[in-house]
Amino acid sequence: MKQIRVLIAALAGLMAVSAFVPSMAVAVEPDEVLEDPALEGRARELSKDLRCLVCRNESIDESNAELARDLRVLLRERLVAGDSDREAMDFIVDRYGEYVLLRPTASGANWLLWAAGPLMLLAALLIAALYVRGRARAPKGAEQGLSAEEQDRLRKILED
Amino acid sequence: MGLMITELGHFALILAFMIAIVQAVIPLIGAQKRWPGWMAVAEPAAQAQFLFTAFSFGALMWAFITSDFSLKLVTLNSHSAKPMLYKISGTWGNHEGSMLLWVLIVSLFGALASVFGGGLPPTLKARVLAVQAAIGVAFFAFILFTSNPFLRLTVPPFDGQDLNPLLQDPGLAFHPPFLYLGYVGLSMAFSFAVAALIEGRIDAAWGRWVRPWTLAAWIFLTIGIALGSWWAYYELGWGGFWFWDPVENASFMPWLLAAALLHSAIVVEKREALKSWTILLAILAFGFSLVGTFIVRSGIITSVHAFANDPERGVFILFILAFFTGGALTLFAARAQAMEAKGIFGVVSRESALVANNILLAVSCFVVFFGTVWPIVAEMVFDRKLSVGPPFFNSAFTPFMVVLGLLLPIGAMLPWKRGRIGRTAWQLRYVFLLAVSLGVLAWSMQTGRSALGPVGLFLGSWVVFGALADLWLRSGKSGRLQRMLRLPRADWGKATAHAGLGITIFAIAGLTAWEQEDIRVARMGEPFQVGAFTLVLKDVSREQGPNYFTTKGRVEVTRNGRPEAVLFPEKRDYPVARMPTTEAAIDYRVTRDLYVVLGDQQADGGWTMRTYIKPFANWIWAGSILMALGGLLSLSDRRFRVAAGARKTPSAGVPAE
Repeated sequence: MKQIRVLIAALAGLMAVSAFVPSMAVAVEPDEVLEDPALEGRARELSKDLRCLVCRNESIDESNAELARDLRVLLRERLVAGDSDREAMDFIVDRYGEYVLLRPTASGANWLLWAAGPLMLLAALLIAALYVRGRARAPKGAEQGLSAEEQDRLRKILED
Repeated sequence: MGLMITELGHFALILAFMIAIVQAVIPLIGAQKRWPGWMAVAEPAAQAQFLFTAFSFGALMWAFITSDFSLKLVTLNSHSAKPMLYKISGTWGNHEGSMLLWVLIVSLFGALASVFGGGLPPTLKARVLAVQAAIGVAFFAFILFTSNPFLRLTVPPFDGQDLNPLLQDPGLAFHPPFLYLGYVGLSMAFSFAVAALIEGRIDAAWGRWVRPWTLAAWIFLTIGIALGSWWAYYELGWGGFWFWDPVENASFMPWLLAAALLHSAIVVEKREALKSWTILLAILAFGFSLVGTFIVRSGIITSVHAFANDPERGVFILFILAFFTGGALTLFAARAQAMEAKGIFGVVSRESALVANNILLAVSCFVVFFGTVWPIVAEMVFDRKLSVGPPFFNSAFTPFMVVLGLLLPIGAMLPWKRGRIGRTAWQLRYVFLLAVSLGVLAWSMQTGRSALGPVGLFLGSWVVFGALADLWLRSGKSGRLQRMLRLPRADWGKATAHAGLGITIFAIAGLTAWEQEDIRVARMGEPFQVGAFTLVLKDVSREQGPNYFTTKGRVEVTRNGRPEAVLFPEKRDYPVARMPTTEAAIDYRVTRDLYVVLGDQQADGGWTMRTYIKPFANWIWAGSILMALGGLLSLSDRRFRVAAGARKTPSAGVPAE
């Protein structure tokens, strides 16, 4: 607990200067690493999508918190037991809730999160297309020269 | 003596607050009624406000330098044994001091506008300075009523509680000032936008006045973000450089919008189109700076899980945010109709390309914003507790940058008014071939890895060589080099900044795709292989620094039997702040960094060691520096120096009194 308090205090200090610190990460310890490199590779990839629950926006792959270590070990146990990536993730989400996922699912209202960018892009393209078309078809007379006052100022600027 | 200075500093701050109130009201009335005397108040007020704020900031810095522990803030954030550089940077390494720096920069920009705004029409100038002062008023009040840095302790302690050791670092000492110069620099674009809305008139001259300020703000933001990311890279112990943390996003969103704004301001300046959009961008860019401040100060996004910052402060900033963006947007809604565009351009033209640039930057900013606030929305509206982390941002944000990179070289070369896509694309055929062949070469050299690296190399070189080709083609047929050198600095700035972006794109892709990692228990004197390198842990010793204890390893690195580097990774312990830190040892080379981290000692006497080979890591920041440099070149262009009202680059100095 004390470590967490220190971490929180440190983060509070950091917030003040608008910097961000995901603690001093040491992350994956040598004794956790699986023998099978393919399995270990899968574990590393999956860990990047899992949140360390007691940290600020850190994946368990980066965190040195006890809990992150427990999760890493648990994940590796599931993979060794023969779970597919999907099964292993589902197992962890069942236990810890969807809060543990750093890549949120698109279920329920979350579709809005994933669709927000593309929808906004479509809307922006539509508005821009209308605007650009309007500019291309504007009557020629609309493009005026400078006003007398502006001419005057321009001359002064150029004389400088 | 020290006593006096602190009290004077406090007093100067209150005076500056009063001056700002006057400056926010009198010139505004003067401009409305066309009373020259009232309008003229703005200039001396802006300068006096800056001088008093600078004095106040200097007084606080003096308290930090002399370790005056009768000040609560100094006690909480400093220590007598701390190195001088960090005593100075400690002034802004905390909430209260950083807000004072913030308001100092607001007044600095106001003062600069009053000095260099000679050619501005008097009413516009009075209004700009009044709006700028209004922003100042809000933040002076925020400091004086919720975050006063000059509070005393009844019983001063013998020594302070030290600054967070992670912050005791040269990279981070200067990260906040740059970031603030950027954030707050956007206030100038905001003030110009609001003043123009009140004025009801926007023309090419307005575009020319607002652009240098935006450019300056963007340069500072670029440097600030790059410094922060570089710091994270070498200090946090595993070489991550970007985390999509809310606090980082808070600085990234204004950067994206500022980039959009400085492109759209060109269209206003050269073609008198996109006026209302540019005004809107100027309002939003500063609005997002305020959103960023709110996110950082209120702790709203992290409060659920870790801690709550002072809610009173959060509410205050929310109020400032609502007042300024809400007010400006209302004004915008009422007045935007009046600003009809003049310039006519075809569907294929530089103007359209810049519209595309703006769409991509603004929508990508929106995506970042949506992802940042979604956890709160989900929790409050849908009662779902969820996280939105780097994997989301990487998938949702990256496509926009890829499209931006693909379009950039063509868009940058399209002529104004009307162009032909086929013609410009044909001019770039060799660049395209070169980029494709580099990508294919990278693909064939790597086996069984993702396409990320080769695609990054293709995109990066397409952008970089596209920028060079633009300069080359612009300079005509004969006497090329001479002509190239005589191109306006704005052209050089554009090419440099675009090339910088290309380099950063390539470097991020290359580093992500080709990084190698090794984690093991290293035994003393036993060599091990990582990639092409052989490493040996020779020695681990315990030493003492000025305000910390350290465990220092000595790692010798050889390559094919030849010595490559000797590295000293450290683990430090700061007893006063009671915090351990890891100091990675990095061997920097042009094409790769060798990154070594010392971990804990194991029961059998070996040490946990992490070794990373990080290809092209430095290029990320080299690209960022090029972007900033491009901005500087553009800022020094002749047209800004002769242009009325924007003669000089606002200087970056923070007065150290």
